Amino acid sequence: MIRIGLAGLGKMGLSHLAIFKTHPEVEVVAACDPSAYLTDALARFTGLKCYSDFERMLAQEALDAVVISTPSRLHAAMVEQALTRGLHVFCEKPFVLDVRDGERLVELADANERVTQVGYHLRFVGAFQEAARVFACGALGKLHHVRAEAYGPVVLRAKGATWRAAKSEGGGALYDYACHAIDLMNFLAGPPDSVGGAALESLFSRDVEDAVYCTLYYPGGATGQLSVNWSDESFRKMSTKISAWGANGRLVADRQECQLYLREAGMTQAGMRPGWSVRYTTELTDEVWYYLRGEEYSAQVNYFVRSIQQGRTNGTNSFRSALEADRVAALISAQRGAGPARDPRPSQAKSRWARIFS
Amino acid sequence: MDRVLFGDNQFFGVNHMSEEKARAQAMRFQELPAIVEVLDAAYQEGIRTFMCTTHERVGELCDHFRAHRERYPDYVFYPCMPYAHKYANAVTEVGMLEALRKFLPDEGALGAMLKAGMAVASKDVRAILQLLVDAEMKMFHGLATPVIFVQNVVTDLLLGLGMKQALGYFAEHVRERYGAEPGFITMNLPRLLDVLDELGIDNPIVCANINKIGFRMCGGIEAYEKAIATRRFRPIAMSVLASGAIAPREALEYVCGQPEIQSIVFGASSRANIRHTKALIDELDAQRARPRRPQLAAA
Repeated sequence: MIRIGLAGLGKMGLSHLAIFKTHPEVEVVAACDPSAYLTDALARFTGLKCYSDFERMLAQEALDAVVISTPSRLHAAMVEQALTRGLHVFCEKPFVLDVRDGERLVELADANERVTQVGYHLRFVGAFQEAARVFACGALGKLHHVRAEAYGPVVLRAKGATWRAAKSEGGGALYDYACHAIDLMNFLAGPPDSVGGAALESLFSRDVEDAVYCTLYYPGGATGQLSVNWSDESFRKMSTKISAWGANGRLVADRQECQLYLREAGMTQAGMRPGWSVRYTTELTDEVWYYLRGEEYSAQVNYFVRSIQQGRTNGTNSFRSALEADRVAALISAQRGAGPARDPRPSQAKSRWARIFS
Repeated sequence: MDRVLFGDNQFFGVNHMSEEKARAQAMRFQELPAIVEVLDAAYQEGIRTFMCTTHERVGELCDHFRAHRERYPDYVFYPCMPYAHKYANAVTEVGMLEALRKFLPDEGALGAMLKAGMAVASKDVRAILQLLVDAEMKMFHGLATPVIFVQNVVTDLLLGLGMKQALGYFAEHVRERYGAEPGFITMNLPRLLDVLDELGIDNPIVCANINKIGFRMCGGIEAYEKAIATRRFRPIAMSVLASGAIAPREALEYVCGQPEIQSIVFGASSRANIRHTKALIDELDAQRARPRRPQLAAA
């Protein structure tokens, strides 16, 4: 049995608690959260041992691993505490807010040979795994362009009392929402070496951005576009889509399906045919032992447990892998307010339109 | 319970196969009359139970049914609560405690306690749960709601956390306050049945994915088949077509071949589809009602 402690019992923390508790090879030993109303109810109804202090939980319980689902700003210090005590760590996304912290923690985990994983659950969605598989087998040919989009109804009003609305806490659509799309781009195309034309825009929030748009440049010459908006209420819930264009065709994947168009030239790969092929989540999804909100949440938990059992320290969503998403976020963040590069000459087109409208 | 129940996913942009299709449906059913038209078609095909989420738009539908009682004298609602995205989005936006307060009545000692950030005692958890149920049930006032369901995201969360007693509180409250039977939607049927047994909820109504390809049947298709065949509960099959992955006849043959399954819930957007599905179920049921043994062997 793997002995686990959880830190943070917000939406993701509770979800992780339920999933870990049902895992047949896990013993959830304790959890900690500052809200007494929650820990009291859990302790009373489920007998879960609860702490209000992380350090005390680590000091008093014999754990193999911790699950950290606290506000993003707290990740780095808590991960460090856990790694220093020799624990394996599952940390919610984004990994850290400062790339230097991330580099240090990757080294620390390597030195201690600990299993690490970050909650980029989209890498455990069948349709995205299929997209990555198709991409990796080379059927699309040389990558030309990749686009990731994520939209959903998170911030729809000009208020917001949680840490998600505070930039210093790791709030904002870039670190809290776009990171999923960025990681998905990394999953398919690998990390870009530069970014440009970033627009971070507020629709409702005062302190943070609600939308992120950016161009990414890849080492092989391909480009990418990121388009994220968490203030789009035309979506019922978060919707993430990735598209890739290669010399031999095009691929589009979202949570439900993976659509592939291949030109004649791309069909040489085994089992592929020219034209459209569509594979649906119903055929791409592996059964899990317990389901809550989506198979991918259970699948990532099981992967973490297996990694600990097998001593797999370089698996999917390792700190090293997640740090690449943080790096991209940092590159984008650095462009904040940089604005466009302007053509210094007076614009011909502009003056012509100006004449028409004057 | 009727044999065939009408579901509501198609009306609210839920489609497990395609986001594009979900969006097209959301557009089509933007106006209430478009939904009423489909419900009327289903009613005319003999489907008089609407199993629906407590989505705010269902409130508008309830107004319609209240205003036209004479048209639907025997119409029945099976509310499924809560509409989880409403809560999930609120938690993301304002935090868990604040979200809870937002959905509770303003007055009362509980609201004040939560406001003060005090710890919540067991009896309060029960009271909070009752208030949340009552808030969701408001829209159905004056309409027949003989079965009230708790949605799978809540059932399964409580199941996973081990907060079994909350499921018991739900059952008790629904019986006492609404004279209704509690229903449980789940993606983890075998596991839930054990817990309902433990809670002493006899012959429970449980709605779960039951389909030939085992899609979202956690615990495995064999465990489901065995539970259905041997355990005392009233199964409702949902997602029988597995979002369209199985052809209708084949899909319904699988479900109708298990005589213990009491009801089938499905959603459709066109009269033709509703009629076709209903006719298929009727046909397969009629076949089964005739000689039993060869049928079972064939299945």
